[in-house]
Amino acid sequence: MPETFDQKIATTLADSRLQTAIYTATNRLISHRKAVVSADALPDYQELRTQANAVKAHTIENLDWYLEEFERNVLDHGGHVHWCRSAADVADVVLETAKRRGARMIVKSKSMTTEEVDLNERLEHHGLQSVESDFGEYIIQLMHTRPYHIVAPALHLTRYDVADLFERALGVPNDPVIENQCRTARGVLREKFLEADIGISGANFLIADSGAVTIVENEGNARLSTSAPKVHIAVAGIEKLIPRAQDLGTFLKLLGRSATGQPLTVYTSFLAGPKRSGEVDGPEEFHVVLLDGGRTKLLADPEKRESLYCIRCGACLNHCPVYRKIGGHSFPWVYSGPIGAILTPQFVGVENAPQLPFASSLCGACAEVCPVKIDIPKILLELRAEVKTAEKQNGENQLERAAFSAFAYMAVRPKLWARALGFGRKLPIPPVGPVAAWLSEREMPKLPAKSFRELWKQRKSA
Amino acid sequence: MTAREAILRDIRHNLGRGASLVAPVPPAARLNVPKVSISDRIELMLDRVIALAGRAVRVKSGADAVEYVAGVTGGRRSIASNSEFLREAGITALPGVASGVTDAEQLRGLCATADFGITSADYALADTGSLVMFASPADARLISLLPPVHIAVVPANRLLSGLDEFYTLVPKPADRTSSTVFITGPSRTADIEQLLIRGVHGPGEIHVVVVG
Repeated sequence: MPETFDQKIATTLADSRLQTAIYTATNRLISHRKAVVSADALPDYQELRTQANAVKAHTIENLDWYLEEFERNVLDHGGHVHWCRSAADVADVVLETAKRRGARMIVKSKSMTTEEVDLNERLEHHGLQSVESDFGEYIIQLMHTRPYHIVAPALHLTRYDVADLFERALGVPNDPVIENQCRTARGVLREKFLEADIGISGANFLIADSGAVTIVENEGNARLSTSAPKVHIAVAGIEKLIPRAQDLGTFLKLLGRSATGQPLTVYTSFLAGPKRSGEVDGPEEFHVVLLDGGRTKLLADPEKRESLYCIRCGACLNHCPVYRKIGGHSFPWVYSGPIGAILTPQFVGVENAPQLPFASSLCGACAEVCPVKIDIPKILLELRAEVKTAEKQNGENQLERAAFSAFAYMAVRPKLWARALGFGRKLPIPPVGPVAAWLSEREMPKLPAKSFRELWKQRKSA
Repeated sequence: MTAREAILRDIRHNLGRGASLVAPVPPAARLNVPKVSISDRIELMLDRVIALAGRAVRVKSGADAVEYVAGVTGGRRSIASNSEFLREAGITALPGVASGVTDAEQLRGLCATADFGITSADYALADTGSLVMFASPADARLISLLPPVHIAVVPANRLLSGLDEFYTLVPKPADRTSSTVFITGPSRTADIEQLLIRGVHGPGEIHVVVVG
């Protein structure tokens, strides 16, 4: 039986090596970001956030229009667009293309969207080899696990973990020097790049006015995946659209800074269609797979729609006191941290992830660092209300509801309230049941001898 | 109903409206182009590239650029793009340099075995130290990607202040090329422990030579 949410949290908390790894890595990400969004480094940071939020809001409100405009422009450049309702449809597009081209080997660059649809597993099931080429993703694939973090998939691992893994999986000597581990991966993957028939990438942005896919990265693996093979397939959620190439002037300034503290990542690729006449190299085929995968469902609620503004920078994870303790694998789905806590219940249904909206201290750090200003705490509260409404409908958690009903009844009856308080002060609260669970992580404050009400009464009578 | 129709229908339904007949008007693009003198651009560009652990130099003339490149490559195997600027400067005539390749397979073989990839750049962004490369008959994608060292020789008048000036000058890069790439420093990763390692899949060493 798979571990429950609580069990996974307990396992993560008990692992001191893992706790140090998460804490150290997120701390570095926090300080890198801080250095490049300061008032000195980027005076118009807040204006850029406001603009990014406005552009995303506008795009989501007009998503149908921009999708059609995007499609028209991709076709104009000789590319293909595939609309997919579900995960299985994405794999079908790749499988059909592979069959038509007689392809066996696929290289992939990092894409959270393809994680949503378990693409690698589906392709391998049909006899295709699909190799992750981002250094962290490659490690994650060798470990047969899923990314720990939106931008840093192997955030939870140390050089010693990688040394052990490479020794076991690749048969190389155990070497904890990260440079050498990189060289090993580069050697293995270079051959795959040159051999691959198809390259699959994600997309950070889809540009409607250009029919283009924008990909940001640091290693060069996305450039290789999209340049070396004869076919490039980009897989993207429909919410990745922005209206104009000129909007990248805003978004690129925010994405790299928020994610890793870089004013621009090493490579930013802006790809529109297959290689054109006269161009020396590049893919012969260019496909964009537009995935719904539950996104249209999220549009229905005007209050929560803004969840789709996310540009996947991961800043909310790094700054979240809960993520930094419970880690990425405690979360039940691809997306972890605060953004995962609001996306997962909306994608898989609140009834299937009822704990997530509560896995937050509502401190607001996530909203403060979000480059597109998603009000994550607000959405968490909305989702909490939905969880409680569902519980009520299903007749669950009756004790909690009874307690709050009693509280509500007394709170609007001052005399009853005063009497209950006086009574409660004298009666020790028994540490059993839900009270014991509450007290397991908290200390009951020591009450002074006299209550405020009593002191007030004395003062009046004196 | 196709998936396309179903997705568009659901979007409209959930947004509570029908298909729109007029194009929506997005918020005005936010592009602020600062006034930066050419000498400041050059200085900024060199500083940024060096801060990214790249090598950056300014030379006076094409002949000086040739000398610099020759010093770096030392006659070892190099592949140069078909850029007119490189040819006119005499860089493609250096010993060990292959150039003028128009066949994709041949180019790939040369890039996979070369020690140096030599290109020019269509623009450069001074405030981030980035090179802007359009794929074209003059410039292939793999030259700046497969060899372990990338040398870019850029005329000073192609230095822009930054992203905003680029998008002001080139509002739609897709109109002119299938591939626009910004290259900002050497290839790197910080996937393990968030510690910086250079030269993963792309070049671990980059030289930017500003001419003029």
